[in-house]
Amino acid sequence: MHLLRHAPLLTVTAFAGPVVAGLAGTLLPAFGVLPAIGGESLSLNGWRELLRFPGFATSLQLTVMTGWLATLLAVFITFAVAAVLHQRHAVRRLANLISPLLAIPHSALAIGFAFLIAPSGWIARLVSPGLSGWTLPPDVGSVGHPSGGALVACLLLKEVPYLLLMLLGALNQVPAKAHTDAARALGYTPALAFFKIVLPQVYPQMRLPILAVLAFSLSVVDVALILGPGNPPTLAVLAVRWFGDPDVRLYFQAAAAATLLLLLVLASIAAWLLLERFAARAGRRWVMRGGRRSGVPAFATLGSGVGAALFTMAAGAMLGMGVWSFAARWRFPQSLPPSFTLSNWERQFGDLQRPALTTLWVGFAATAIALGLTLACLENETGATRLQRRDAPSASLALLYIPLLVPQVAFLFGAQVLLIRFDLDATLAAVVWSHLSFVLPYLFLSLADPWRAFDSRYARTALSLGASRARVFWRIKLPILLKPILIACGVAFAVSVGLYLPTVFAGSGRVATLTTEAVTLSAGADRRVIGTWALLQAAFPFAAFLLAAWLPRLLYARRRGLA
Amino acid sequence: MQAATLQLHAVRIALHGRVLIGALDAGVEPGECLTLMGPSGCGKSTLLNFLAGTLDPVFDAQGSIAIGGTDVTTLPPEQRGFGILFQDDLLFPHLSVGGNLAFALPAAVRPRALRQARIEAALGDAGLIGFADRDPATLSGGQRARVALMRTLLAAPRALLLDEPFNKLDAQLRDEFRDFVFRHARDFGLPTLMVTHDAADAQAAGGRILQLEQEQ
Repeated sequence: MHLLRHAPLLTVTAFAGPVVAGLAGTLLPAFGVLPAIGGESLSLNGWRELLRFPGFATSLQLTVMTGWLATLLAVFITFAVAAVLHQRHAVRRLANLISPLLAIPHSALAIGFAFLIAPSGWIARLVSPGLSGWTLPPDVGSVGHPSGGALVACLLLKEVPYLLLMLLGALNQVPAKAHTDAARALGYTPALAFFKIVLPQVYPQMRLPILAVLAFSLSVVDVALILGPGNPPTLAVLAVRWFGDPDVRLYFQAAAAATLLLLLVLASIAAWLLLERFAARAGRRWVMRGGRRSGVPAFATLGSGVGAALFTMAAGAMLGMGVWSFAARWRFPQSLPPSFTLSNWERQFGDLQRPALTTLWVGFAATAIALGLTLACLENETGATRLQRRDAPSASLALLYIPLLVPQVAFLFGAQVLLIRFDLDATLAAVVWSHLSFVLPYLFLSLADPWRAFDSRYARTALSLGASRARVFWRIKLPILLKPILIACGVAFAVSVGLYLPTVFAGSGRVATLTTEAVTLSAGADRRVIGTWALLQAAFPFAAFLLAAWLPRLLYARRRGLA
Repeated sequence: MQAATLQLHAVRIALHGRVLIGALDAGVEPGECLTLMGPSGCGKSTLLNFLAGTLDPVFDAQGSIAIGGTDVTTLPPEQRGFGILFQDDLLFPHLSVGGNLAFALPAAVRPRALRQARIEAALGDAGLIGFADRDPATLSGGQRARVALMRTLLAAPRALLLDEPFNKLDAQLRDEFRDFVFRHARDFGLPTLMVTHDAADAQAAGGRILQLEQEQ
């Protein structure tokens, strides 16, 4: 069992290794160093080319605007929904309602959203020709609008549920109900009590998820490819486009763009932390003034209305994909296809098979490895019984977030260079390895709390009955914690299925998964074809979630304490 | 703070058809303390939640509550004017001691100098002069309890509800804090309703005692 002591180091190497190595492999070419293609000495040519690119300023501005707008709106809507709902019983059902949304890959949601808002999309069809008078799709560029509005809206569809779920979890760790009751007895409405009393207590736990959302919004690639403007695109897409160019000389400016994106994300994180301080100071003055009346509740109601609209959009996006994949023919102003068919699926079946199997295989492998490492780490941290309580080390937690805070483009290219060096690129093993960087943090974060909350008296009882530490682990802890373990695995699998860029880079574009194919097809294929791919892509993690929820109930059907 | 009477009229609370509180009529005069006693599970806290307006909707509650002749039964908790002392002091951990008091003080109390003076006066009353900037977590149990009472009183309630607030204090503190609370309730002329299962609490309150029965 002393092998466990090495678990944390091994884990950090497994998920942070690719990031650190990859960052180096991106930074060097940004300054002209990439011997494989003739970059032998330091130079600023990459940067010069980047600055000379005609759309550079627009692209930079677009990136900053969409990233910050998506984050600010997501945070505002999340807080508003929580302020309105946190004292209601519906809040528990809300968690059940939004967790399936989290399982849906970003790109699948983006494809569904594009179906919804396109000029010939479902919304336009529902209001045509009756309300709008359109008999032909209107000539508006909703998808890919230069403002990046569609990109921001789609990011909100995923980020609000994510932040909300994090917030609901954090609310359980403070006496939110008792404090709200106390504030109400002092004359405050529930919504105001949330902002003045509850939120300041849970915010520290929201900081890392919010920063992850900020970093993600600034550097997202798949959603920006599907919904963002094309010329110029966001900085991240620009970097990916140049990295993928057959002309290797573009690598240098691609690396410069990726490095600039990294700097932009770091600067944004710093700016957010600074903003936080000002907000905290202003907030404290606001609380001390003792005001019972304020526009905040009305604002919160507005925000939660937007939240409800987002949820409807997400549901509509998924439903729309499903409808399209079974549509026989669906001419423009028709609200629904006149007839349904299985032929889209039959025709795609052959093409779907291999990528589907690859998706499954990579997802299982990454999840299994991540689970092994996570269990080893947690078992090392808590020991068999946790007789001496160690505080959850916040430093290592922050380390876990590194792959979520660093733009993917900024290290994946470097990692790819490394893989090519060792002749490992385009193998399934390389793809699994690159997925680990993202699967591991999510699995760890999802499992750590339930694991640490395990009632150690069970383990102590078992030890006192003569069981070995290993036996306690396998026969007591694992079975009791089966439910959170399976949920964490469901999360991890969903993350793996949805990963686009790591698959493209580590696979050198030659390992096809449902996600990579769906994103590629989204550029122009028939909607009925894209519908099948995106629906299947969304169905995989969804099935994993269902399985994770259903297995414990089946296994422990006669154990009410566990089911 | 004007003197007001607390009136309960035909209050009846049932859960799934089982009556927890039979039709209860009571009037509490300003400065008076009415004690409701009973074993745990008899519905004491349920009644208090009904008064405070935080009763879980699964309960079926009837009857009316009035303070100073105003019916507050249908008002949300924050508009009823009940100050509540809970079993826990529930000081907000992200605010200083002074911040907790400032939170309670109505916004109409202005300017800042006046607010500060009111807070200092309340702290002086609680024997905690100079504690405004302290973190509540660094206070002793007795000190925290006194801050909690001051916070309740600064919000200018029209009636006081005590939910076994002495339960978690040890014996000596308990006597001191009990006197402290009842003295303030009398001085402020607040009609006070206390639920407890401790006969000593009831005695110290010095008012009428109503025994609640355990329903079968």
